[in-house]
Amino acid sequence: MSDTKTTVDSGETKIAPPSRWNVALNEILRGSVIISILSVLLALVVGAILIIVVDPKVAATSGYFFARPLDTLGAMWDSAFGAYSSLFQGSIYNFRRPDFASGIRPFTETLNFAAPLIVAGLGVALAFRVGLFNIGGRGQMLIAAACAGYVGFAFDLPPVIHLVVAIAAGLAGGALWGGIVGLLKARTGAHEVIVTIMLNYVAFYLVSYMLRTPGLLQAPGSNNPKTAPINPNAILPDLLGSTYNLNLGLILVIALTILVWWILSRSSLGFQFRAVGENPNAARVAGIRVDRMYIYAMLLSGGLVGMAGIIQVLGTVPAGFSSGIDAGIGFDAITVALLGRARPWGVFFAGLLFGAFKAGGFAMQAAEGIPIDIVLVVQSLIVLFIAAPPLVRALFRLPTPVGEHKPISLRKPKVKAVVR
Amino acid sequence: MSAPLVRPRKKASLPVTPAVPSQVIVREKEAIRSWKAPIAFALFAVLAVLLFWVFGRDAGTNFRLSTDTDVIQLAAVDLPARATGITVSVLLLLITAFSFWRSIGKRPTPLWAVAVYGVLFMVGFLTWAGSGESILVPGLLLGALGLSIPLIFGAMGGIISERVGVVNVAIEGQLLAGAFVSAVLASVTGNAYVGLLGAMVAGMLVSFVLATFSIKYLVDQVIVGVVLNVLVLGLTSFLYSSILTDNSTLLNTPPRFAAIPIPLLSEIPIIGPVLFRQTLIVYLMYIIVVVVAYALVKTKWGLRLRSVGEHPQAADTVGINVYLTRFWNVSLAGAIAGIGGAYFTLGSVGSFQKDMTAGAGFIALAAVIFGRWDPIRALLAALLFGFATNLQSVLAIIGSPVPSEFMLMLPYVVTIIAVAGFVGKVRGPAASGKPYIKG
Repeated sequence: MSDTKTTVDSGETKIAPPSRWNVALNEILRGSVIISILSVLLALVVGAILIIVVDPKVAATSGYFFARPLDTLGAMWDSAFGAYSSLFQGSIYNFRRPDFASGIRPFTETLNFAAPLIVAGLGVALAFRVGLFNIGGRGQMLIAAACAGYVGFAFDLPPVIHLVVAIAAGLAGGALWGGIVGLLKARTGAHEVIVTIMLNYVAFYLVSYMLRTPGLLQAPGSNNPKTAPINPNAILPDLLGSTYNLNLGLILVIALTILVWWILSRSSLGFQFRAVGENPNAARVAGIRVDRMYIYAMLLSGGLVGMAGIIQVLGTVPAGFSSGIDAGIGFDAITVALLGRARPWGVFFAGLLFGAFKAGGFAMQAAEGIPIDIVLVVQSLIVLFIAAPPLVRALFRLPTPVGEHKPISLRKPKVKAVVR
Repeated sequence: MSAPLVRPRKKASLPVTPAVPSQVIVREKEAIRSWKAPIAFALFAVLAVLLFWVFGRDAGTNFRLSTDTDVIQLAAVDLPARATGITVSVLLLLITAFSFWRSIGKRPTPLWAVAVYGVLFMVGFLTWAGSGESILVPGLLLGALGLSIPLIFGAMGGIISERVGVVNVAIEGQLLAGAFVSAVLASVTGNAYVGLLGAMVAGMLVSFVLATFSIKYLVDQVIVGVVLNVLVLGLTSFLYSSILTDNSTLLNTPPRFAAIPIPLLSEIPIIGPVLFRQTLIVYLMYIIVVVVAYALVKTKWGLRLRSVGEHPQAADTVGINVYLTRFWNVSLAGAIAGIGGAYFTLGSVGSFQKDMTAGAGFIALAAVIFGRWDPIRALLAALLFGFATNLQSVLAIIGSPVPSEFMLMLPYVVTIIAVAGFVGKVRGPAASGKPYIKG
């Protein structure tokens, strides 16, 4: 992962102590907060340019640009502003609504989209910290969703117990699917990237088979590859009544974020995880059972990613699910984990941001006819810019912090003739 | 428990060779008693006995070896399903026993045994699954090759990039960018060659970003790769939905490369029509694989590339510019992967579709690791993926006794078993994934 090493150069003699304000300003400008904000800004600007370029109205008015340039500029502004205002109104607050209760509804949508992204991102991030790259989010989500969904519609249990059993079944499924990877990695040294990719496909076809086989996951009396609706006892209860889509999943996700934070930074297991992630050989020498850590990490990672699948089936779409239940969250989770720099709270806020983009993206597509794929572009640019602070600093002419490597020049060095 | 942790014992002390200068490093052959290969063999043998023998089917299978247009016509072969199944099962059990015997003697199972085992298993499986039906062998192989081509180009790109020390997770993005740009350029100009060139440039542009961020800005290479895949997917899908769908006649109807049969070679029975009645892109693939496989180990370029990937400090010390070597070879890798993308639009499908690579880049990445960063092994791995994927579509047409989902699953399960059983712990280029900072 991105290293945060800072070298302290104590040997340098300072000419004059900089003023306090100067120091404070430099701290802020160098800090990761300003880099993050500028990265988001930059990505939004690039997104706006793309939106403007493909807008037919802009193309039409640019035909007579030199006669009436304001028309073109106006169309450009309308295009970009329209897109981002509908993105905002679809994800945070809708000003067109009369009262606060209905105006804030988009924000609850954001939270609803964010919940599975966060928890899946936590799973990927946890694996990252142990030095494992879990691309198997899709498979782990599908298996967890299938397990939780099966318990959800096939069993008939009392209210609270049913929900708990369904979640437990889902967690077990996700952990099992992740654990296979850890076990193979620990026992045979099989590369986790290959195994997770392959298990994605295996899970997809397995769940597809079960979905079209009566008696397994297919709804009785139906020919569609879709399950029966989830039993009301197993559905995650709404948090704010039925007007909002927000369900208990969000609370579970917050709890899991705290749990992962605790595991990684406070528990002995987390210490061993991080040690293995930093340097498995050193960890082995220090007496840590590296192979066991791989298995535990993948079990936990699979379970966390599986939780995203559980939230999907028991919360988001309780009316029965098909093989598209993962909704690409397994792959989005990788970007979320990267944006959050594999830190639990970083992942939490990255998930919120991506949830907002998802919620707003649908609104933007509906209102302005801009394909939702632009959201992917903006999201990936944000991660790219945040990962490369020197680039952002160079673009905004910000000072380089002391002790950080300057970007490496890729120009061919000029070789001077050596004169003897 | 901790079997993999224990350092394997050396079989015997190596003969002391004082004549060898001290700089020459003698590779120590480690003799490990490994049970992975025999256990994997045994698993498949049990499966074979159960499927082909115990639950065997009686009707024969007809294997057609020639297409109607072939000059040399081979007679179709009829194999009785149950008898073939029993023969194959017995042979598989024999190879398994041989593998166990080798393992007892602390000798590894030779590669030819794996190959023979694989071919035998496939013959047995095809005979069993196609019982009572007819299978056109060249058609099966042709489809397999077609599905493998983007994987092979992607894998070659991955190998060059990783051997020079930059992990290339962005193969998917390079393929997709190649597919998109080649479709648009070929449609606009009406010339497939321009499209092919455009695909190379597109793959290279993706590589430029990968190289700049990972070499210049020292960003984690896996992060850049993953993000680039998302970025290219987003960009191409966005442009496809907003521009290409409305102007598809102008922008998304690329001409396709015509097949060029090679005289004489294309008349060889079975393999002729498969290998030598292909489009330019496929011939380009043969050339690239051969050149990469040769040049990587035999030329100055290859030596420099590998030294930068294995030990950049040492390479720098002898005057190789690590940064530029990495930058341009990663770009070259992108160009090669881009050609694979062009195959989607100019070779097989015809027009660009949203997310048309559908994970092929990740499979190519798997082929790179499966093939242990070696061009020929990666080629074989990519062919295996292509074959298995095509096999299920062939069997879906003739109607197989297994639910189609399990057939679709098969290549992936086989890969997992193969990676766990035969490949095991692989060691990539030593400095791959690590940024180099001079000084």
